[in-house]
Amino acid sequence: MAKIEPLQNLMAEYLNEATLPSTWCPGCGIGTTMGGLVRAVSASDIPREKFVLVTGIGCYGGAGTYIRMSDIHALHGRCPSYATGLKLARPDLHPILLMGDGDSSAIGGNHLIHAARRNINITAIIMNNHIYGMTGGQYSPTTPIGTKAATAPFGLTDHPFDICRLVAAAGGTFVARTTVYHVAQLASLIGRAIAHPGFSLVEVESICPTYFGRRKKMGSPVQMLHWLKDNSVSAAKAKEMSPEELEGKVVTGVFVEEHRTECVAEYQELIKRIHAK
Amino acid sequence: MKGQSKEVLLLGNEACVEGAIMAGVRFFAGYPITPASEIAEHMSLRLPQEGGCFIQMEDEIGSVTAATGASMGGVKAMTASSGPGISLKQEGIGCAAIMEVPLVIVNVQRGGPGIGNIQPAQGDVMQARWGTHGGVHMIALAPSSVQECFDLTVKAVNLSERFRVPVMILSDASIGHMREKVTLPESLELVERPRPKVDPKDYLSYDTEAPDGVPPMADLGTAYESHFTSFIHNKKGFAAWTDYAITDALVHRLNNKLLMHLNDILLIESYLLDDADMVVVAHGSTARPSKAAVNRARQAGIKAGLLKLLTVWPFPYEHVRSLAKRTKTFLVPELNLGQLAGEVERCLGEKNVLHQVNRVDGGLLTPDQILAAIEEAK
Repeated sequence: MAKIEPLQNLMAEYLNEATLPSTWCPGCGIGTTMGGLVRAVSASDIPREKFVLVTGIGCYGGAGTYIRMSDIHALHGRCPSYATGLKLARPDLHPILLMGDGDSSAIGGNHLIHAARRNINITAIIMNNHIYGMTGGQYSPTTPIGTKAATAPFGLTDHPFDICRLVAAAGGTFVARTTVYHVAQLASLIGRAIAHPGFSLVEVESICPTYFGRRKKMGSPVQMLHWLKDNSVSAAKAKEMSPEELEGKVVTGVFVEEHRTECVAEYQELIKRIHAK
Repeated sequence: MKGQSKEVLLLGNEACVEGAIMAGVRFFAGYPITPASEIAEHMSLRLPQEGGCFIQMEDEIGSVTAATGASMGGVKAMTASSGPGISLKQEGIGCAAIMEVPLVIVNVQRGGPGIGNIQPAQGDVMQARWGTHGGVHMIALAPSSVQECFDLTVKAVNLSERFRVPVMILSDASIGHMREKVTLPESLELVERPRPKVDPKDYLSYDTEAPDGVPPMADLGTAYESHFTSFIHNKKGFAAWTDYAITDALVHRLNNKLLMHLNDILLIESYLLDDADMVVVAHGSTARPSKAAVNRARQAGIKAGLLKLLTVWPFPYEHVRSLAKRTKTFLVPELNLGQLAGEVERCLGEKNVLHQVNRVDGGLLTPDQILAAIEEAK
């Protein structure tokens, strides 16, 4: 992987000026996440035409419009299955899934865990803002219990997913988390995820000032970023902390990095074996 | 294709697989369901032998969307299911339709609604046309024999590529599980989706200026930057649903690209219709007992004829209208309570009379039952 470039050097090449400005709210974490993606893609050794962005629906789903790369803007939650078919049919391609917390762990939860189980060589960048933004602030599977949301006017009564633990348990072989405050780590982890030969996940802890922060009285986007900074704990440091100390904290870093057989490569081997007979 | 034509004994579901593979299908994603499972099973055996890929997905939506993803990579793709499984696939079918991705879906129909049963049925005629939201035009082909399972699957693959549309095959439990002799052709005409000839920098994912309404389609992973978008989109492939003119033009084009090519899509067989006083309109597993009943009616002096629809959608309205002008009586035998009959009725004039004979108990209509209906309608 080449050196990670400052974002302003890449904008002319990667941004689709005709479609800008974006429809995203001021202060939204998607722009920062896209910045990390562009920097990681430009630093990788893979030609840009071999990447395919696969997006669901919702605010983050529009990302493919703004970046000059091929994309599939298909159905809510089904990114992993479109990408699974594409990768199996075209092993030379690198699908990158851009999914939100609802997209990946609610409507598309089944596809996410099975893509991880297969350890198929695709990369998921899940941006977690703990709320359904585009549809108006309804709760998601990662909304903290007790939070008020458009569909939880009295406070949410069910428990949230930890997406990294979910994907790790399902068999993902590269699992990491960062935040939109940690911009350098964001680009670096996406780069490592792309280079990883198996199912890779980077969960990006993000902010939705409009539908999450406002209801929780978290202040401006800048104050929300400060909240992320103040409440983030590295995985190494988290090991020395008690569960009580970790309550409400965002643990960042790489949780899983291992090598296991990958399903597309295995299937190609199977075809070779059949033809060798 | 090289080699010689040969005769083999195949299950209807196996014939769909062999037809698909001979037509160039190299990807299949599916989820087991009776009576369609043999298609997945046979694909899992045959595709790796041909250098293609089979995957059993985690559910039906995963299957249809995986097949769509493979097709976007430039590989001819198929999925198959039945009844409740097809209901689940509808989300992905509509998405493939608006993204204009070639795809074949085999629907080995069973009884419904709900889980229903696993007996033969023709209850999905309307679902094939209107199952997905938005009401886009669909192609649906209906085999009535194992040979037709082969032939119509080839046709389905070619039509889906030619017009960049999902094509459904309306088989059913009786045809899928029937074993008959099939003649595999020596060679057949393969159709490839229209691919772009322009310089990559000039490529538009949905070039609506294409004169036949079918925009050229680049494979993902080439120099052509592609934007497959299930939103209402502009030519570039970017969401444009706030624009009335673009929305209107896209929805019309998606419908018209089939309607302007009806001659290439409609497959109809006319049997003893030239002098017929009565037209029996049938498709799929009711076409065969209908033909037997027409033959026996002729022996009894009743001038009945058969219009067999191999293409169910688009429905051949003009053809049925012209028959209605010179024939008074119509009979529609179906394994449902009158789905195709409704379409026939739309073509009839004041002087025409429509009769129906239906079964929804899981059994097949017999020549006796159809003959009795012919005699009653006479």
